[in-house]
Amino acid sequence: MNKSYDLIVIGAGSIGVPVATEFAKKGQSVLVIDSLSSPGQGQDKKAIGGIRATHSDKGKIVVCQRSIEICSQWEGMYGDDIQWRSNGYSFPAYTKKDEKILRDLMNIQQGFGLNIKWLSPEEYRELNPGINMEGLRGSTYSPEDGSASPLLFTQSCYFNAVEYGAEFKFNEAVVGFHIENSKITSVRTNKGTYHSSHVLNASGSFAREVSQMAGIDIPVDPDSHEAGISEPVEPFMGPMVVDIRKRPGSKNFYFYQSSQGQVVFCMTPDPPIPGRDNRATSKFLPMIARRMITIMPMLANLRVRRTWRGLYPMTPDGFPIVGRMRELENFYQAVGMCGQGFMLGPGMAELIYRLMTETYNSEDPEILKSFDPYRDFKGQEIFK
Amino acid sequence: MSDGWITEHPILSIPKRRKIGFYWNDTRLRAHDGEVISSALFANGIHVFGHHVKDSSAQGIFCANGQCAQCVVIANGIPVKACMTRVEENMIVESVQGLPELPKVVDKFQFSKSKEIAADVLIIGGGPAGLSAALQLGERGINTLIVDDKDRLGGKLVLQTHKFFGSIEDCYAGTRGIEIAEILGDRIRSHRSVKVWLNSTALYVFSDKKVGVVTSGRNYRIVHPRVILNAAGARERSLVFPGNTLPGVYGAGAFQTLVNRDLVKPARRLFVVGGGNVGLIVAYHALQAGIEVVGLVEALPQCSGYKVHADKIKRLGVPLYTRHTILSANGNERVESITVGTLDDDFKPVAGTEKTYGCDTVLIAVGLDPVNEFYKEAEQAGVKVFAAGDAREIAEASTAMFSGKIAGMEIARELGREDGSIPRTWYQEASILNTPPGVEQAPDYDSFPEVDITPVFHCTQEIPCNPCVSVCPQGVISIPGDTLLGKPQIVNEDCIGCNKCVFICPGLAISLVDYRKDQDNPVVSLAYEVYNYEYKKGDLVLLTDYEGNPLHETVVLDTVISKASKKTQIIKVRVPKGIAKRVAGFKIQRDEVTVPKNEITLDKIPDDAIVCRCERVAAGEIRTLIRKGIRDLNQIKAITRAGMGACGSKTCENLILQLFKEQGVPPEEVTLSTIRPLFAEAPLGVFSNSSQ
Repeated sequence: MNKSYDLIVIGAGSIGVPVATEFAKKGQSVLVIDSLSSPGQGQDKKAIGGIRATHSDKGKIVVCQRSIEICSQWEGMYGDDIQWRSNGYSFPAYTKKDEKILRDLMNIQQGFGLNIKWLSPEEYRELNPGINMEGLRGSTYSPEDGSASPLLFTQSCYFNAVEYGAEFKFNEAVVGFHIENSKITSVRTNKGTYHSSHVLNASGSFAREVSQMAGIDIPVDPDSHEAGISEPVEPFMGPMVVDIRKRPGSKNFYFYQSSQGQVVFCMTPDPPIPGRDNRATSKFLPMIARRMITIMPMLANLRVRRTWRGLYPMTPDGFPIVGRMRELENFYQAVGMCGQGFMLGPGMAELIYRLMTETYNSEDPEILKSFDPYRDFKGQEIFK
Repeated sequence: MSDGWITEHPILSIPKRRKIGFYWNDTRLRAHDGEVISSALFANGIHVFGHHVKDSSAQGIFCANGQCAQCVVIANGIPVKACMTRVEENMIVESVQGLPELPKVVDKFQFSKSKEIAADVLIIGGGPAGLSAALQLGERGINTLIVDDKDRLGGKLVLQTHKFFGSIEDCYAGTRGIEIAEILGDRIRSHRSVKVWLNSTALYVFSDKKVGVVTSGRNYRIVHPRVILNAAGARERSLVFPGNTLPGVYGAGAFQTLVNRDLVKPARRLFVVGGGNVGLIVAYHALQAGIEVVGLVEALPQCSGYKVHADKIKRLGVPLYTRHTILSANGNERVESITVGTLDDDFKPVAGTEKTYGCDTVLIAVGLDPVNEFYKEAEQAGVKVFAAGDAREIAEASTAMFSGKIAGMEIARELGREDGSIPRTWYQEASILNTPPGVEQAPDYDSFPEVDITPVFHCTQEIPCNPCVSVCPQGVISIPGDTLLGKPQIVNEDCIGCNKCVFICPGLAISLVDYRKDQDNPVVSLAYEVYNYEYKKGDLVLLTDYEGNPLHETVVLDTVISKASKKTQIIKVRVPKGIAKRVAGFKIQRDEVTVPKNEITLDKIPDDAIVCRCERVAAGEIRTLIRKGIRDLNQIKAITRAGMGACGSKTCENLILQLFKEQGVPPEEVTLSTIRPLFAEAPLGVFSNSSQ
């Protein structure tokens, strides 16, 4: 095989597919390799669909602001409905301590120019009429955050990429790299060998294993969260609800109503469940059902249609790892999205293009610093 | 409509039930206490329960089994599946137009922990297989729990008004399914180690080896079994054709539920698609419920079901069209007619052969698929799992009972509660019961003597069945080679005319010819079970041969029904000697029921036929994606939502695979969709065991 690509992306998921679109659109030759049989079949389709810019650090904020822009304009740009809904996010507080945490964070977020405000319990009830008012101290509300369908977004993005000329190899697993003079010269799979001038690791929950094939260890380890979806009902919810309280067996949990009327929900287990086991446990539904009905009693009558378990490829500090490897000059990482690959993906793809083509804008260096593969990982994301 | 309920039935007894009142939108209607909402609505002539949010298409009954969500209505403010929810006095039932509204609840809840129950064996499904296995386990005192989502034991047996094939000792041959259900249920109740949860739906076998079960739609319980037996039965296959989701098109099993369980008359005139045993039997059940059967189409050159079943309905006047298929169900908000056409040798419809028949219902009986999710889930979770009955292999209920019995013993051995090995004869008998019908041979009427009195067999195929041999007190009847498989023969002339063989034959394929009073004009006794179409002494009947060809018109000499006949009636006629042995039945349906209407032409490519009925995805959308190169059902799901609806791709997966086949894609290139919890939807309130 003589053809050499400008870029080989490993993983056709939340990051890989938008990256392929971005590079192909700019006229670069791209090959995406994935061991599964179609795009978005790993953890991307497990995402519940929330997209918020209201994070705690500049890097994720700026990237997600761009994601929101892209998603909200998607249908106009490409003609495909990805079910974008500007429903906003809310973090209601039921304790003094939580109120303080949320208000402090809100001040930081406002400092970054984010549209987020504090609502009184009564104001909040206007937005989410079913909310339990007992003990409610108020809530943050960021109206510009929203949601879209990860399934539709990734598929639409994939077809765009194909149209721009990107190539995809499915059902093909990367098994190794050929390295010469601190450079990857080719990528070996179980079916063939492909040459490229750049290689991007976007393999999500397999990031560590893939990187190790190139002799580099990166601290990305998946843990699992369970999620579910209800039958569709008439719209009754405003913003996504994120409940940051801890309860036996779980940390925060969150839910929202999609544009299709279905309520999508997810919970962070406590302690975390490390590993790649994807199978549903019997503990999840009783636990989340109780929490959901407690915060919004009307949900008692909402019928659960389906549940699933997805992986969060976690880094020690909760921030992504995006950058060029010092050991192999044409090997890049875009991994460790910590369960936020879907919301980071569209904005991140553009950042990765600028990184790999060294066409930085004024903010990029600072942003890339917080995603630096060689940082000390001692910090902590406030809300992962 | 006052005749929406079945008030008389030749086989089923009609219990006296209290009438209650309920509201359908703004109209007050009557229902029977305890009946499910869908049946109450059907009995009141209401077949459209709402309209789909995507394309406003009419929605109604499809599975009648709690598996899809097409029958969703609002009952007292809460969206429910009409086929699984009982109607209550003064209940306000409303149609769903688009999306249902979630009722506001302001009260606080008390939560209680889900009860966790240990069991040596969890049997999912209390049908013939599950019950037969439970009997083996019960006899050994093994702690067993049966969960079944219906309100009574027996599975599909409770819908079977016909007598069973097989042998008396192995599987109650000659006894009706509804009676077998009672016998098995009574035997189960005598075993103290076997617990039964009715109205209980297993939702999933979780990775921690626990099974979530919703009981009575209210409580969530966690069962921790050592061994699981999946005896969850089968689900009906669907078909893609224009009009396939119109209210009035549904499965044969759903129809049997409405008619034989709920005693509702859901149709006046119906057409059956599929000539396997299920299709043939359902046509018979329809006649027994007083519903006219316009015809039955079968794509193959001959019906795959037992010939005696086919002959039985042919004799009664139901035309069977082999090498035919359904082209469309026609109608606006519900079925008004069906268009069928002839198939060529490549199973392609032949242009110009279309015929349209008036009917209000089209029953689809094109095969069954095992409900095998629980088996796969248990395997993934690492729980020891067995399967029996249709959940293991689609076959007759007689086979299901046998495979349940074998599974029960295998499980006992697995648990160390049985040292003996499973008798090899069990496997042999199971395989005999599962033998497909043999080659058809016309009856050899010359082999029957023309003196005194003799049974005549109109049995034209080797099938695993011998109750006539077992029941004859005189040893007149024998099957060569002493096997279940084979056609019965007369081996002596000692017949005393007791009629026992006539009563017990599941195919109604034995007549008795009595030459004793008048050698030249013998009396023929015929078995009759559709006596809701009543024939009395002196009534004119058109006698037919075994396949329904007219032979002779005469009057009924006498009718007999007794306790010994177990609800089978004897109709006696006197006929000339020359045709006496060939008389096998008589026609009951009028010709006008079965004649075609004016012909219509069809769009050749039904791209608009619905494949995913939950999410209303048409064949054309999916064809386009297949042509684009998509080979992963999960990707089709992501793009179109096909398979994402309430039924969880249980209905459409097969249909999508057919489209792949039609487009020439080899099956090994296709990635199947992922199975996820839950088997059926349940409200959040159930999982938290909350009470207001």
